[in-house]
Order: sequence, then structure tokens, then C-alpha cells
Amino acid sequence: MSQESIISLKNVNKWFGDFQVLQDVNLEVKKKERIVVCGPSGSGKSTMIRCINRLEEHQEGTIVVDGIELTGNLKNIDSVRREVGMVFQQFNLFPHLSVKENITLAPIWVKKMPKAEAEELAMKQLEIVKIPEQANKYPGQLSGGQQQRVAIARSLAMNPNIMLFDEPTSALDPEMIKEVLDVMVDLAEGGMTMIVVTHEMGFAKTVANRMVFMDEGRIVEEAPPDKFFNNPESDRTKLFLSQILNH
Amino acid sequence: MNIDNKIESRKPPVATTGFIGWLRINLFSNWFNTIVTLLVAYFLYQIIPWFLDWAIFSADFIYNYKGERIIDRSFCSRVANPEEYHAACWSIIIVRFYQFIYGFYPVEQVWRVNVTYFLLAIALIPLLVEQLPYRKHLIKFTIIFPIIAFILLYGGFGFEIVPTNKWGGLLVTLVLGVFGIALAFPLGIILALGRRSKLPVISMVCTLFIEFIRGVPLITLLFFGMVMLPLFLPEGINMDGLVRVLVAVTLFQAAYMAEVIRGGLQAIPQGQYEAAQSVGLSYWQMNRKIILPQAIRITIPSIVNTSIGLFKDTTLVIIIGLLDLLGIGRGALADATWMGLSNEVYVFVALVFFIFTFGMSRYSLYLENKLKTGINMGAD
Repeated sequence: MSQESIISLKNVNKWFGDFQVLQDVNLEVKKKERIVVCGPSGSGKSTMIRCINRLEEHQEGTIVVDGIELTGNLKNIDSVRREVGMVFQQFNLFPHLSVKENITLAPIWVKKMPKAEAEELAMKQLEIVKIPEQANKYPGQLSGGQQQRVAIARSLAMNPNIMLFDEPTSALDPEMIKEVLDVMVDLAEGGMTMIVVTHEMGFAKTVANRMVFMDEGRIVEEAPPDKFFNNPESDRTKLFLSQILNH
Repeated sequence: MNIDNKIESRKPPVATTGFIGWLRINLFSNWFNTIVTLLVAYFLYQIIPWFLDWAIFSADFIYNYKGERIIDRSFCSRVANPEEYHAACWSIIIVRFYQFIYGFYPVEQVWRVNVTYFLLAIALIPLLVEQLPYRKHLIKFTIIFPIIAFILLYGGFGFEIVPTNKWGGLLVTLVLGVFGIALAFPLGIILALGRRSKLPVISMVCTLFIEFIRGVPLITLLFFGMVMLPLFLPEGINMDGLVRVLVAVTLFQAAYMAEVIRGGLQAIPQGQYEAAQSVGLSYWQMNRKIILPQAIRITIPSIVNTSIGLFKDTTLVIIIGLLDLLGIGRGALADATWMGLSNEVYVFVALVFFIFTFGMSRYSLYLENKLKTGINMGAD
């Protein structure tokens, strides 16, 4: 069972107008695997993970998530979104709702959970991201790092099997990056299947099972972190690594 | 450093704080400002005492200068003795007050209108006060209020039927204003969402509807409601005149409301949609819980603005023969017993409209300030 892919992308192609953002992308992710995706900006890494919960539509190829194929079928999209949590670069918390309401919203409305139970769940998630004391504040009153941790708690409250992270620390001040990465490391150690788009190579080295390097819409190299950082195959990867590691 | 070196904080210069300071800073800061202040002060000095004298101190209310009870225009001081008296004669309003407020509603049934006015006030409370215990339950009452109001005003369910051609005055103005705004709001939301729909048919229909209604004067729509709407109805069904006007007013207001709300929708960042979708909310849940609450919050000033516009535009129904507040006023002036007192009537009608629209405008200001200082809209 653990050998079976929970996410599988086969020959995925996507265009924005005439511009091809994804070219024949193939990716298999197994249960409990932690993938870190990196690459220069515009390489299609965000687009790829956004296709996995259908925030973007792919035009060719197949994407299967937890046995459900993503097509135009709305039912499928809804059930995939229930399996997959997503954390955004800009947090995207709901500013008109309190932290607790941000977290309870989806359990109450999507899972029809009773309010009291949802609030208990919210507090449990806030403990996990280590900010239970902020439950009644509004997003605008929190620091960026706290907001991002609330966003993680909000996703976790739906009890997803898979978590997608789209550059979760890129909009944060340096001293706040660690608090978010710590939460993500905890999550990884708890056995969550994760795909993380990030340039935090320290995080990648400690957490990733596999590194994926993308450029110009293609997956250029796929390797375990050891090999990826010490002995990359493609020249493009070498160039990229030398640029982001030697500064 | 030793203590002797410490510089004590000084008092501010006398003339920058307090009342004198306020005057200096705001009214007399330079020669131009001073001249403007003096001119305005002189102007107010000329106008205000004159107006107060005309409207209150020298005015007739129930009795004229000889102490006689005023029953028609000839008793008014300014008509009986124009050499010496010029002030207002409010008796026209007082004698016809019932008509101004209720139109020709039967006297023995008028308690129903009063109860409706009272319930309207109650229905508004949960909209005005956000921190209210049991607000959710009161909102339910607000939502069913139009139905209760209709039964009370029109009749049925054991109440005697009062046909709408007996309604008039403030009653008609409020019915058109309140129902028009209340019905147009949800319709406007649907139209705004529809116009932004990804399905081309829905978006095209909504766009056509909005553009057509907005491109036509309200009077045209009122004539349309009066003259053409009955032609579309099956034979034998006779739609009430007031209802036909209400349909026209609602459609007109909905088109404007839709554009205002669409503006608000456009201001919501794409990330809000994506976050809502990624936690699994459906299209309607997303709009109801995430997008619309934010969009409506930021457009409240414009929503109130168009609502004030509609409230005043209801006076146009006079053209198709409905007697709203202004219509009753003009009716009173056309009556030989009260002819010539147009100043009093128009000032009174203006005052009533002003009270309502000023209330709405204050409400929008209050909401604006709350949103500005409020914590609810975060840095996002």
C-alpha cells in the first residue's frame, strides 16, 4: 500500500494563452513522502502544485489525487479539495473573521461539524501551531509568521491527507521564517504527505525525501536531497544551486 | 549627567490650545481665512435669525394673531393682515397632518399603519446595532418584516382590505423607499454575481439587464410599469398600481445596487477566492461567508448613497398619479381653502425627506468610521 502513489501527474501540459507553463510534467508522490520543489521564478512550480487541487486547470495529461482523477467534474474537484490542504505565500486569511472563525469555517460548512466540536478542533490546531492565545484576535492584529501558522492550522482543521505549500515563507521577515518552518518540520515528522515549493534549502535538507528541480515548465531533475545537493546531474541544476547557496 | 541639567518640559504657547487656539488655527489662521470666516459669519447672521423668526417665533400654528383658530387660509395671519405679518402659517400641515402621514387610509384602520411604523423601527434595530444580544434571531424578524407589513397594511388574514389607492403621503413614500431598497439589495447581489459569472449566458443576461435598466430614466420605467406591464400579464389578472410601481422602482434600484456591489467584488483579492476554494467551500458558501461580507463592507457608503438617491426619486411617482408625501402636499396646495401656502408645504416636505436621508447618511458615516478604525479588515 505504501508503494502506491497518492498523487500522480502524467504528461501534464498547461498553457497561459500561447505561453506553455507546464511541459510534460510527470510526478509520482507516495504516501508520507515529502517533496520539495525548487527552481527559478517562472519555472512553473507554483502552477504545478496549484493544478493538484485544481486552483489551476491543466489542459493535457492526467492528474490523479488519492484515486480521484481531476477533470471538469465538480464532485471530483470538491472531494480532492477535501483531501488536500494548501498554504499560500500571502497567507490569504479571511480578514473579516477572527482566527478561531477562520479555522472553524470549513469544518462547520463543508463537514457540517457542530460548532462546539469545531471550536474544540480549532483550539487543538492552534496548539499544534503554538499560538492558542491568539484565537480571538483578527488576522490584521497578527504578525506575518503568526498569520501563516493560522493558515496552516486552518488547512489542518479539514484533516487533509496531503498538504501543499506554495512558498510559505517568502513573504515573511527573516526572524519569522523559523517559527513557520518549525511547524512544518513537526508536521513532516507526524507523517504528513507534503509538497513544498520553497527556497529554504536548510529546510529541504532536513525534511525532504526527494528534491524536484523545475525550469521552464519542465521537471529537470528529481533526486534525494543528498545526491541533489552534492552531486546534481544537470548543469542547469548546478547553476541554480550555486546561485542560491553561494550568497 | 546631574539632575540640574534636566530641562523641564515647557507648557505649550497659550494660543495654540483650548478654544482660542482652535479659533486661531481653524478660523483666523491667515488673512484670507479671516475674511472668509467673517463673510460666512455675516451671512449666517442675516439668514438664521430671519429663518427662525419666519419658521417658529412669528409663525402661526393653531391660532392666528387675533387668537382665532385657523381653519383655512383666510385665517392665516399673513393672509389676513399681509401688511404686518409675513411668517409661516403651519396650519395647513397641522390640519392636513393625517393626510401627509397616511393618505386616505380609513381612520378606524389607521392603527395598522402605526403598528407597521413601529415594527419597521424594530426591524431596523439589528441592522443598526451590531453588538446586540440575540441579533441573529432579530434578523429573522427583519427578514419576514416585509410580509408582516404587507398583511398589516393591505389586509387579509382577518384584516379588512385597504386598497392601495387609499394609501398616500409618507406611507407611500416609505413603502416605495423601504421595500424598493430591501428587495433591490438581494436582487442586486444576484445580478452582480451573475455579471461576474464564468458562464457566458448568465453573465450576458445579467449585463444586458443591468445596462438596459441603467440606460433608461426612472420615469420611463414607471410609465413602463403603469402602461406596459399589464399587457404582459395574463388576461383577468389585474396587478395593483402600487405593486407595478414597486416592481419598476425595485428593478431600477437593483441595477444600480448590482454595479455598486460588483465594484466591491472586484476589490477582493484573488487569494481570498483561492483560500476559500482550497478549504473546500462551494461557490455559494464561498460567496456567502467570505466574498460578499467583505465586498459589502467596503461598499456600504455607496450602497447607502444609491439608497438615498432612490428614496428621493420615489417622488417621481407623482407623475403617474400616486400621492406620496410630495403628492399630498401638492394636492393640499391645489385646494382652494389652502392655496398660496406653498412655502410651508415645500419646507415641510423637504424637512421630512431630510430627516430620513440625513439619518441614512449618518448611518453610513458611522459604519465608515467603524471600518476605518476597526480591526476587522486586516492588513491582508
